[in-house]
Amino acid sequence: MNVANEALAGHGPHGAHGAHGSGHGPSQKQYIIGFVLAILLTAVPFALVMRHSGIGTGVLIAAFAVAQIVVHVVYFLHVNNSPEQRWNLTALLYTVLMVGIIMIGSLWIMHHLYSSMTPGAMHHMVWSAKH
Amino acid sequence: MSNETLLMQNGSAALKPGYADHAADALRGLRQSGDAVDFQVEHHHDVAATIQLGFWIYLMSDCLLFSGLFATYAVLHGHTAGGPSGAQLFDLPSVLTETMFLLFSSFTCGLATLAMNANNRNATVGWLGVTFLLGAGFVTMEVREFAHMVAIGAGPSHSAFLSSFFTLVATHGLHVTCGLIFMVVMMVAVLRKGLTETNRARLNCLSLFWHFLDIIWVGVFSLVYLFGVAH
Repeated sequence: MNVANEALAGHGPHGAHGAHGSGHGPSQKQYIIGFVLAILLTAVPFALVMRHSGIGTGVLIAAFAVAQIVVHVVYFLHVNNSPEQRWNLTALLYTVLMVGIIMIGSLWIMHHLYSSMTPGAMHHMVWSAKH
Repeated sequence: MSNETLLMQNGSAALKPGYADHAADALRGLRQSGDAVDFQVEHHHDVAATIQLGFWIYLMSDCLLFSGLFATYAVLHGHTAGGPSGAQLFDLPSVLTETMFLLFSSFTCGLATLAMNANNRNATVGWLGVTFLLGAGFVTMEVREFAHMVAIGAGPSHSAFLSSFFTLVATHGLHVTCGLIFMVVMMVAVLRKGLTETNRARLNCLSLFWHFLDIIWVGVFSLVYLFGVAH
């Protein structure tokens, strides 16, 4: 938040009012950094897929998506570890945990269900039991 | 009972002069240092912070709603029932344009917040207007994409893949549409009543909502469009 406060202080005559209205408000610098990073983190995975680069693309897409989400949360939503934000951060971390359980759990369960319920897989299981 | 009352009366009578002195001292001190004003600002700040936390918890629950839809799509995306797959349907250049519309609108929404913090009413409304146009551009492109898919026979009833695709992407689109309505309401409110405490608290919620929708879109374009075309 130091960056934000410095930028607000040098924000002309209205800076003081801004700081008054919302505690320590976000700064223009934060939005610009977030915007540039978000553009880069969007452009690279799109370029990778559009040029059909192939191997490992899935992992890269996921990595860029996670990185961009973090950039958005930090630079646009301004979630940080300050005391005023403690509950926001707690709720966010809990949500991330829940989203993880729902996503990974669903894929895991449905994958197992699919591989043990489809006729092909059943055949495969019988076949492997025989041999 | 009567003894207690008597005691309390005696007690308060004995305390009164001292209490009054303390109160007077405290008031004098407040007036001299201007703490009374700070106290009021602090009070407004607390209310605004509580509103924002409440809205934040709504956003987190909305996030869980989306995670259910994302999980459904992730499970069903391969079930095309002999119909077209994502790789055959998705047009990445137009998805990139949609993404840029939303990303630029997130930035201009941030500029509206900065204008609000700088007490600049016209700039606030102006940037909200730009954000609205970019958001409307995004919704228009999405509706055209859906209309095209339905027209070529790849509507939501065709396969499990398409049902989950339309549910996920259209739920996000509906959220963006609600955000656009919220934005128009706030532009009118700010023009009519100015940047009051109430309007500031609501504008902060609007900006949280808008940035949050951009985060959901990052998930949509990565999981649905990029994964869909890459695999």
